[in-house]
Amino acid sequence: MKLCIEFGGGLELLFGNQKNYDVEVPADGSLTVRQLLPWARDNLLQDRPELFMKGDSVRPGILVLINGCDWELSGTLDAELQPGDEVVFISTLHGG
Amino acid sequence: MEAENARLRAEVEALRARLRALEAAGASADAPRQQPDGSSCTAAAAAGAAAPAAAGARPSRAPPAGFVSPHGLTKPQAERYSRQLLLPAFGPAAQARLCAASALIVGCGGLGAPAALYLAAAGIGRLGLADHDAVEISNLHRQIIHSEARAGAHKAASAAAAVAALNSSVALDVHTEGLTPANAADLVRRYDLVIDASDNAPTRYLLSDAAAATGTPLVSAAAVGTDGQLTVYCLGEDGPCYRCLFPEPPAPGNCARCADAGVLGPVPGVMGVLQALEAVKILAGVGKPLSRQLLLFDALSGRFTTIKLRARAPDCAACGGGGGAAAAGDAAGGTGAQAEGPAGGACCSGRGSGSDARAPRGRMRPEDVAAFDYAAFTGQAAHDGAPPPLRVLPPDQRLAAAELRDRLAAAGLGGGDDRDGAANGASSSGSGGSGDSGGAAGCVLIDVRPTAQFGVMSLPGAVNLPFDSPERFRERHVASVLALASCGAGCAALAAGAAARDGGASGYGGAASATGSSGAAGAAPRGAAARAAAEQAAAEQQRPVYVVCRRGNHSQLAVQELRAAGLREVFDLAGGMEAWAAEVDPAMPVL
Repeated sequence: MKLCIEFGGGLELLFGNQKNYDVEVPADGSLTVRQLLPWARDNLLQDRPELFMKGDSVRPGILVLINGCDWELSGTLDAELQPGDEVVFISTLHGG
Repeated sequence: MEAENARLRAEVEALRARLRALEAAGASADAPRQQPDGSSCTAAAAAGAAAPAAAGARPSRAPPAGFVSPHGLTKPQAERYSRQLLLPAFGPAAQARLCAASALIVGCGGLGAPAALYLAAAGIGRLGLADHDAVEISNLHRQIIHSEARAGAHKAASAAAAVAALNSSVALDVHTEGLTPANAADLVRRYDLVIDASDNAPTRYLLSDAAAATGTPLVSAAAVGTDGQLTVYCLGEDGPCYRCLFPEPPAPGNCARCADAGVLGPVPGVMGVLQALEAVKILAGVGKPLSRQLLLFDALSGRFTTIKLRARAPDCAACGGGGGAAAAGDAAGGTGAQAEGPAGGACCSGRGSGSDARAPRGRMRPEDVAAFDYAAFTGQAAHDGAPPPLRVLPPDQRLAAAELRDRLAAAGLGGGDDRDGAANGASSSGSGGSGDSGGAAGCVLIDVRPTAQFGVMSLPGAVNLPFDSPERFRERHVASVLALASCGAGCAALAAGAAARDGGASGYGGAASATGSSGAAGAAPRGAAARAAAEQAAAEQQRPVYVVCRRGNHSQLAVQELRAAGLREVFDLAGGMEAWAAEVDPAMPVL
């Protein structure tokens, strides 16, 4: 399944300092965020997996957006992805 | 002395401004929350007339005969804010509401500086400025409300001086004690709106909880590096609070600080101006506030993105409780959740997996906020200053800066002529890299600071092997150091080259090249064979190893790892490069 994956808020530093990835994720029919996370960790992440995931979800402080919406609005880990979806991972910032 | 003078001057200026406003308004700066009606606007209007620029034109409380203001705006106000009054989307009624309103800005730094200036300029009635920190020269590239002359002054007082100079009609409250759990709710409830311009996670939770407990809208922004974020919390029926979004705090290691990660000056500037804009919209009652929306600013690509956020969480530990209406909070808090204590509940749910069933409970009350341990919850102190000094190594494994200078000089490293000494060694590559001199001298100098800091200033001959965590240092760098230490001048260039490659690839994102290294020293740091090789190398140590960092914390942890790997002659620089700059080389910039 073709997806656009984006990392921001400093999270891109774990992913080879690259913010945008156009990827083809193996999926038999459907794909949920729960399945996407380990795939991104194993295929895109280059550094420090503990800063990206905790358990089977993202670590606290990371917002997940599906097509510009908080994933809380579409079922978090069980949100079903469609071809062409844009999934953004944003680390929340504290500095100021 | 200079700093103390500046501090006092700023405080005097701020106090004069308050006095002017109080005398003119005849009202207490601690007045209860003002309502956007004509009466409180008159007070602000009278304060406006006290401006030096308006000398001579001091109207009494009753408008002079001949002109009756339909919106309570005085002549000085109408003239001063005329460009906003002419704006169809704003106009006199909105201006009058803004003139009667108050806001508290928590943090007078990169975000608070533009937020305070723009709110004051736009004509807010009363502004609270809270910060416990003092102005430093390294703040000025982004915190443009301060000045060189006020370096050393309290940031809140310095900001008040600048605001008073810009618009003397704004009533100012200066809170140099900053925001604490004990004072947060009381402070917040005195204002119509709060601006989170703070720089750390515990203060962000504290401020959000205080806003939730008092039903005060919170305009929150953050900026690090070249990224900015902004949203409005605790607004209306369905507006979430910070805890609704982030019930569980991030690990301390995941919070980049401007002091470590850097920040491009205009980035917090943009975000702070946007905070002022959101505050103006909410207080004046125009436009659509960024509640349930998060605005993201990517400075490098010049891109603003706005995304939709979840609504208020009914089971939120801070603002939940089902009732919803702000007024229901205190009453609800007194009945259900009291025995157990909402604060304790918040802590437990925060520490838990995040999926544990949290019973709906009353919103946090002010006393719950005061009792909550934000430092323990987030694992961080409520400031972004230097971490407390570690005491890990015994004193005989630590060197004072002068002692290290002598040892480096004796080993052929450390001053201008030491570069010659390094050149006399086996190194002939002439690359000028630190690895060469580190490899050829009679000692090994390891700098464990992040590569970006190393790039700004470093000691001659130092090899940069950044320390992120004990595990990663062990995994990535210990073998390199052992190889450097066990080498005489003959193999030094090779080992140093490997270490330099290792170091160069050691930032975020460099894992692939570092683990793929096939250099004699850096290769295959894992496994039993590697361990045996490491033990052998440690046993054959020929050169002492010195480890330096910024302040002398990470260097101790790195020395611990190296000693655990078998090295004996390994020491750290107590106080780090800061001590070096203070005691040995005043020309060395301090970051």
